[in-house]
Amino acid sequence: MASDQRLEARALRPADMARRVAAELPEGAVVNLGIGIPTLAANYVAADRGVMFMAENGVIGAGPRPAPGQEDKDYINASREPITALPGASVFGHADAFAMIRGGHVDIAVMGALQVSARGDLANWTVPGLGKGGIGGAMDLAAGAGEVYAVMTHTMKDGGLKLLNECSYPLTARGVVSKLFTDIAVIEFAPDGPRLREVAAGLSVEDVQRVSEPRLISGEPPGAMTRGEPD
Amino acid sequence: MAFDKVYPSSRAAVADIPDGATILLGGFGGAGIPENLLVAMASHPARDLTVVTNHAGFGERGLAVLLRQGKVRKIICSYAFHKSAFVFRELFLEGKIELEQIPQGTMAERIRAAGAGIPAFYTPTGVGTQAAEGKETRVIDGRETLLEYPLPGDVAVIKAHRADGMGNLTYRGTAANFNPVMAAAAPLTIAEVEEIVAPGEIAPEHVHTPSIYVQRVARGEDLGLRSET
Repeated sequence: MASDQRLEARALRPADMARRVAAELPEGAVVNLGIGIPTLAANYVAADRGVMFMAENGVIGAGPRPAPGQEDKDYINASREPITALPGASVFGHADAFAMIRGGHVDIAVMGALQVSARGDLANWTVPGLGKGGIGGAMDLAAGAGEVYAVMTHTMKDGGLKLLNECSYPLTARGVVSKLFTDIAVIEFAPDGPRLREVAAGLSVEDVQRVSEPRLISGEPPGAMTRGEPD
Repeated sequence: MAFDKVYPSSRAAVADIPDGATILLGGFGGAGIPENLLVAMASHPARDLTVVTNHAGFGERGLAVLLRQGKVRKIICSYAFHKSAFVFRELFLEGKIELEQIPQGTMAERIRAAGAGIPAFYTPTGVGTQAAEGKETRVIDGRETLLEYPLPGDVAVIKAHRADGMGNLTYRGTAANFNPVMAAAAPLTIAEVEEIVAPGEIAPEHVHTPSIYVQRVARGEDLGLRSET
């Protein structure tokens, strides 16, 4: 369909989505990054913002991937990728890691999403069918982190909607998403519903509404979503 | 006396694990997996094991060596169907293994509760999800929570970096993961380590897992064994 091609042409690439998420992280926040685009966001956070990355397998102060050949198999993140430990980092076991998460010490969890509902329900651990997916730390992070940022493409590859009135996939947690970053919009979950805050350059509120099941609140004209500089 | 917890080999350390035992198995990704103890268990007669561990395995190493030998009746884990957990997946789809999947933090806390004498606890994790099915719920301070019970093992099979002969352990980097909490949650804890030093060489304030939780220590025979992640 022509309209879909139009959306696709203006949709942010994964690196731009990661850059947009990174720009949202408050100075000094302790942040947990999920697998995929969320993990990429670490590449776009300037060191002087004091953001600390925490991984549930037991590290605060995780730094960038080491140079090839410098990997240490005892230093990995929750995506099982090699990491470095920045000055001031600490390591600990799972019981402590999840005490931090449930105990509200982690400010923001950035998580990939499969579906998000109008009320901010999150579905991101499995799809219907036998032998798929895994819970991992997603339910604990979704329930325990101070805020949950969800990241996903706005629609499925076949055009199916992912921002829905009710999630059809098994839930990870109810009513936890505070902000949703898609490839065409930034949406905030307010008590009165999902509020459209930014729209990708070249697209309109109506374009985003057409591929969103819940009615989006857009009282003020939403800002333009930055694509970022090309890599 | 000082070295009485040190076993001469991985095989010797796991030799009397009984059929039907519940094993708490440490490790996350490729870090902190007792690879040599698993190899020893694979050639050991014990079967019908229940294994509590974070992932259902990666590639052909780690837990997969037990799965290949048909030793495991049930897996309790937080993440079952990673694409590299193909050994488990095949067994599961053939109906040859049971699976209970639980949230990672709930798993850690249930194991912690088992070791710490806590008979149950309430947690907000999993409310409104499949993880809540069949569980008692209670609203505490206005928030819905689930009642969770301890998850003890018969044997904890863990990996540490260094041990002294008393069984005090230290870990490196993110290789601690489930190992310290599991050490406390079974009456028999067997630790694979990379290095064994004399008591006193690990300063008391640098001990991560105190010796009281550790019954056996064995130096891993092949420290190059690593699960693919």
